[in-house]
Amino acid sequence: MLQAASDPLMKVENLVVEYSVGGKTIHAVSDVSLEIARGETLGLVGESGCGKSTLGRAVLQLRQAVSGKVLFDGHDLTTLKGESLRKMRRRVQLIFQDPIASLNPRRRIGDIVAEPLVIAGVRDPEERKRRVSEVLSAVGLDPTLVSGRLPHEFSGGQCQRICIARSLVLNPEFVICDEPVSALDVSIRAQILNLLEEMKARYGLTLLFIAHDLAVVKAVSDRVAVMYLGRLCEVGPSEQLFARPAHPYTALLIEAIPVPDPDVRPTMSVPVGEPPSPIAPPSGCRFRTRCPRADARCASEVPELRVVAPGQFAACHHPLI
Amino acid sequence: MNGALLSVEDAVVDLPTPRGNLRAVDHVDLAVGAGRTLGIVGESGCGKTMLSRAILQLLPRKAKLSGRVIFDGQDLTTLSAEKLRKLRGRSLAVVFQDPMTSLNPVLTIGTQLIETIQEHLELDLAQARQRSVELLTAVGIPAPEQRLTQYPHQLSGGMRQRVAIAVALSCEPKLLIADEPTTALDVTIQAQILDLLAREQQRRHMAMIIITHDLGVVAGRTDEVAVMYAGRVVERAPTPALFKQMRMPYTEALLAALPKLDVPPHTPLPAISGRPPDPTRPLKGCSFSPRCRYSAGRCSTEKPRLSPAETLEHLYACFHPIAAGSGA
Ligand SMILES: Nc1ncnc2c1ncn2[C@@H]1O[C@H](COP(=O)(O)OP(=O)(O)O)[C@@H](O)[C@H]1O
Ligand SMILES: Nc1ncnc2c1ncn2[C@@H]1O[C@H](COP(=O)(O)OP(=O)(O)O)[C@@H](O)[C@H]1O
Ligand code: SF4
Ligand code: SF4
Ligand SMILES: [Mg+2]
Ligand SMILES: [Mg+2]
Repeated sequence: MLQAASDPLMKVENLVVEYSVGGKTIHAVSDVSLEIARGETLGLVGESGCGKSTLGRAVLQLRQAVSGKVLFDGHDLTTLKGESLRKMRRRVQLIFQDPIASLNPRRRIGDIVAEPLVIAGVRDPEERKRRVSEVLSAVGLDPTLVSGRLPHEFSGGQCQRICIARSLVLNPEFVICDEPVSALDVSIRAQILNLLEEMKARYGLTLLFIAHDLAVVKAVSDRVAVMYLGRLCEVGPSEQLFARPAHPYTALLIEAIPVPDPDVRPTMSVPVGEPPSPIAPPSGCRFRTRCPRADARCASEVPELRVVAPGQFAACHHPLI
Repeated sequence: MNGALLSVEDAVVDLPTPRGNLRAVDHVDLAVGAGRTLGIVGESGCGKTMLSRAILQLLPRKAKLSGRVIFDGQDLTTLSAEKLRKLRGRSLAVVFQDPMTSLNPVLTIGTQLIETIQEHLELDLAQARQRSVELLTAVGIPAPEQRLTQYPHQLSGGMRQRVAIAVALSCEPKLLIADEPTTALDVTIQAQILDLLAREQQRRHMAMIIITHDLGVVAGRTDEVAVMYAGRVVERAPTPALFKQMRMPYTEALLAALPKLDVPPHTPLPAISGRPPDPTRPLKGCSFSPRCRYSAGRCSTEKPRLSPAETLEHLYACFHPIAAGSGA
């Protein structure tokens, strides 16, 4: 396989996910393959609407794929059903972008964090309480102070801590973080990113870290996958990808990051427009309508992911390296 | 400041809330010269929007404003509603984070642009229409003539923001206030919108206030930056001077907390611990003191005043500023 993970915990093969809206098909995820090694953080980045959340949900079997496989620890989740799927799912958790909206406003924090335990059939209330206290302390909240309170009494950053605690309470191996810091301010964002790194080390997690901000993704990821309009453009080790992007879209994303240095004058960006509709994606390379290097071949032939440097793959007919 | 297009003098905005009085803007002084760009930076809740609404005289009804807002020689706090309405369309314009704040969902883009233009400029329908097409072209909207018949919901978020900018620019304002115009947008769209604003500003020799929570956004695109914390301006300087030497610990911490592109992954970020104070429970001392690593002595009992240091243009509010020459 092309992504060189020696011991993949999660393996996505040729995943296709579509939505049907008003008789039209939205090509949300088209033929995506990925591997995530045990203990690794893979960052997934791309503009909003490119299919990141859909991919995450399809991995968790919260959205059925049209075709393709999702192999978790060797088991194809797309074919598992009933109790065996539930068992497997317990090992995989999800953290959402909007921490406040993802907490039930009428339930107390202690109950919210304990909920996965209840669903998983942990009957002993003492055992549940012990686990809840442990994860709340781990995310930096005082269990005795917060357990009895309601979500609205907490700030966005604290709610995200609570969501992280809830996602950890079943001792998962794999956590999908879907834009966990996009709604947070710079200073709180840094706290939560640091917390995720601590939790990863403490609980031995493997992470799929989704964001639309490349700088944030780079801060926490070993490797980065860049997605555009449902397809993967480029995958590679974070630093390498930043230093030498191969795909013109990756280069565009890097160039667009605002640099907090007045001596770095923002280059008047090429008028690259906006992504086209996923209902009728462009033929050939989906990025071609915004790509400065596009030619006739790009319109007729879908570029395959190919190796461009050790561990780095790009889907482009005319890569930058 | 003499000769400024806009000067805000000792502005205070108080909001009554069930928890008591909330001071959203706390004794703010600012000035913007004609054709200049001021960046206002701070985390959410620090009072950026209330300050911009105070300038525009668009505060919530229950809000209480004191201080003066001098724009183009007039104190806006003393103008009638009618005069203000004229001024806002004509020489003082605004773009909000959510473009739907300034767009009407039930009117076509053409109707909104043409109406705004005709309300403030003496143009007939054909001329106003022509001008609308020019404006949509200027803000980078493809097929502008077709867009005139479309409704805002038929456009993407980025396109809607371009339309909102076109509406704001339609009467050649002297000052444009852009309140987090790109916060809801993707980085690639953000870069295009910021370029667009910069280009139109230069072309029209318009003054601009860009409000953002991202120091990266203001670094290359403003002449001066004001950093806000808990309702106050805590540091203000010409942009190059500020980035060369940050004196107020909060500014420095805000910059440090940004993910850097040139450090390896998994490097812990220098986060600012804790969070801003509850604005209904103002602190006696420096509002940043519970989070400040330099806090000592009178920091917790006395409020530092915004005052100049080595140069008259670089102001900061801190008892123990970061030593000159030790910074970035
Ligand atoms: N439940 C849904 N029904 C129909 N279309 C959807 C649904 N969820 C997402 N989409 C569409 O699928 C595409 C991918 O969306 P999403 O996975 O949410 O992207 P991202 O997370 O990268 O922003 C978008 O065009 C979006 O509008
Ligand atoms: N309509 C309102 N009524 C009461 N308080 C408000 C209102 N709008 C904002 N606030 C409060 O005023 C303070 C400043 O808000 P705002 O100016 O919107 O901050 P920013 O734009 O910097 O995020 C915050 O504490 C906020 O909760
Ligand atoms: S395949 Fe062609 S259009 Fe696509 S990114 Fe490469 S050069 Fe651009
Ligand atoms: S006045 Fe004191 S607490 Fe406030 S920023 Fe300066 S050193 Fe920190
Ligand atoms: Mg998403
Ligand atoms: Mg605001």
